[in-house]
Amino acid sequence: MNLSVEIAGIKFKNPVMDGSGTFGSGIEYSEFVDLNALGAVVTKGVANVPWEGNPVPRIAETPSGMMNAIGLQNPGIDVFIERDLKFLEGFDTNVIVNVCGHTEEEYIEVVKRLRDESRVQMLEINVSCPNVKAGGMAFGTDPAQLEKITSLVKKNAAQPVIMKLSPNVTSISEMAKAAEAGGADAISLINTLTAMKIDIHKRKFAIANKTGGLSGPAIRPVAVRMVYEASHAVKIPVIGMGGITSGEDAVEFMMAGARAVAVGMYNFHDHAAMIRIIGEMESFCRETGIRDINEIIGCV
Amino acid sequence: MEKKIINEESLIIKTEKIAEGVFSTAFKTGIAEKCLPGQFVMVKTKSDSHLLKRPISICESDISEGTIRLVYRTVGYGTKELSLAKEGESFELLGPLGNGFPIDEAQDKKNILLIGGGIGAPPLLSLARALRLTGIDKSCITAVLGYSGMKAGIFLNEEFGKEANVIMSSDDGSVGTRGTVMDAIKERELKPDIIYACGPMPMLKAIKLYAEERFIPAYISLEEKMACGVGVCLGCMVKTKEKDNHSKVNNARVCTEGPVFEAGAVEI
Ligand SMILES: Cc1cc2nc3c(=O)[nH]c(=O)nc-3n(C[C@H](O)[C@H](O)[C@H](O)COP(=O)(O)OP(=O)(O)OC[C@H]3O[C@@H](n4cnc5c(N)ncnc54)[C@H](O)[C@@H]3O)c2cc1C
Ligand SMILES: Cc1cc2nc3c(=O)[nH]c(=O)nc-3n(C[C@H](O)[C@H](O)[C@H](O)COP(=O)(O)O)c2cc1C
Ligand code: FES
Repeated sequence: MNLSVEIAGIKFKNPVMDGSGTFGSGIEYSEFVDLNALGAVVTKGVANVPWEGNPVPRIAETPSGMMNAIGLQNPGIDVFIERDLKFLEGFDTNVIVNVCGHTEEEYIEVVKRLRDESRVQMLEINVSCPNVKAGGMAFGTDPAQLEKITSLVKKNAAQPVIMKLSPNVTSISEMAKAAEAGGADAISLINTLTAMKIDIHKRKFAIANKTGGLSGPAIRPVAVRMVYEASHAVKIPVIGMGGITSGEDAVEFMMAGARAVAVGMYNFHDHAAMIRIIGEMESFCRETGIRDINEIIGCV
Repeated sequence: MEKKIINEESLIIKTEKIAEGVFSTAFKTGIAEKCLPGQFVMVKTKSDSHLLKRPISICESDISEGTIRLVYRTVGYGTKELSLAKEGESFELLGPLGNGFPIDEAQDKKNILLIGGGIGAPPLLSLARALRLTGIDKSCITAVLGYSGMKAGIFLNEEFGKEANVIMSSDDGSVGTRGTVMDAIKERELKPDIIYACGPMPMLKAIKLYAEERFIPAYISLEEKMACGVGVCLGCMVKTKEKDNHSKVNNARVCTEGPVFEAGAVEI
């Protein structure tokens, strides 16, 4: 039975990867998780220089999920290349580097720095982080800006480019089309949904940033709907995510139109989740007579 | 590679209520083998709705028995669920996590002060035991324990009494000095040459100031909201004075670089 998929000419041994920001660069979790078993390791968003991120509290638990406003804290591309990419050198899996920035120039600087890094198979451009006030939001919510940043990144990138879409828009189809028009090789979705939680006893926001991004099983039905809409709007492959906890959840996203899937905050709950999910997808295929996982993509 | 962190379904061997809203749960677990005083575990709830694991300090560990003990206040879903669990039930524990208290720093010290504010006391008990095991005399260790008062109940003071001189304070004056742990320290004119502390943030701020004014080395254990507990989510940061070696900014992960920090190294 075949679980492997292909995205923009890159072969994945299976369709399962982590959601950026929920797995670091695999260094910490490699103590528990065999990175070689994963379709890809997607690294935490990295910028041209180190970012401090937001004040704490950055985290709040919500029903069947969580909110976060990390603010894209990261050590900057230099340290990332020296430390994180070097660590990933020894593993037999694809590496997808998630890139963030406040301005077009910042995105391009990171993308250029990664041009000669052979350890990097793909780039994922985060235009959707709802936490950074300085402009991260705008790239991902205005189709014209999204198309422009996509084409600028494409011009400067050596690796295939995945545009990671924000769900905080009226029409996800329109955003998917804008990324495709800009030349994206693939799109991934959904990033977190902008949310708010108030501690009624303290009369304070649960998260210092006031708003945070909602993730986890609570958002899964929204994510499945958006993956369905986006994959019907474009011809480029779609990577689906949002609340995946099991092989069945992963199959649901693939039936909605995703060619691959990512597991995000559930890694915190069960660090073996991705490995388990790969096994469960295999069992599902065996039990239902599916010989090639590609058969189910967008089958509904 | 040898595993440093263990994730294990761990059997409860004893649960008891030790004060109003304060519980003690002992587990049989492989985590007991490696843990240091000041380290913590993440406790997984059994709920599909409460997905984040709860960080709780290791209050005691026994290598020969293979057990650890957690002492905690019931706050919300996770701690309540744990407090209601009976012997024979099991919970998934991830640990030991974090750095723990530096024990070597106390070796040549004659006046070692442990300060536990309320539910901050548990990790200091394993520290007191560990200090004694290195050969430090009981007379060199003083534990100052702060409580709300007799009505809510006092806890762990007897266990501390075996390892240290115990001084208590309470908000209502029903036990020990009326006021805070700082009031008790001033009243007794204690002259510590090293401080280890865990407790609420206002207390830790006061200790940081006290130690800085007197040039006393102080190690404080911090709390922050955690999602992963192992250093990947960057949710649990504390502002640091110098650039942190991992993050490359003035921010360190409480779960990994901490929870114990040199008081002067953090901006709290
Ligand atoms: C390193 C560390 C060690 C700790 N050791 C102890 C201990 O030994 N004994 C003890 O009683 N408490 C300890 N705490 C606090 C303990 O983590 C919280 O009381 C507990 O998580 C509350 O969970 P809940 O489900 O009962 O409450 P809820 O209010 O339902 O929790 C909701 C969310 O907020 C988090 N949260 C709530 N309060 C805190 C807090 N004070 N710190 C961090 N996260 C919090 C929870 O983990 C959960 O994710 C420690 C915290 C840390 C960071
Ligand atoms: C703590 C945390 C940090 C995240 N950091 C990033 C990030 O750096 N870049 C990014 O594109 N998405 C980031 N995300 C979004 C996830 O990759 C994913 O899109 C989202 O959480 C939905 O998936 P989930 O419900 O499975 O978590 C982060 C999510 C969480 C929970
Ligand atoms: S809790 Fe995730 S980094 Fe500390």
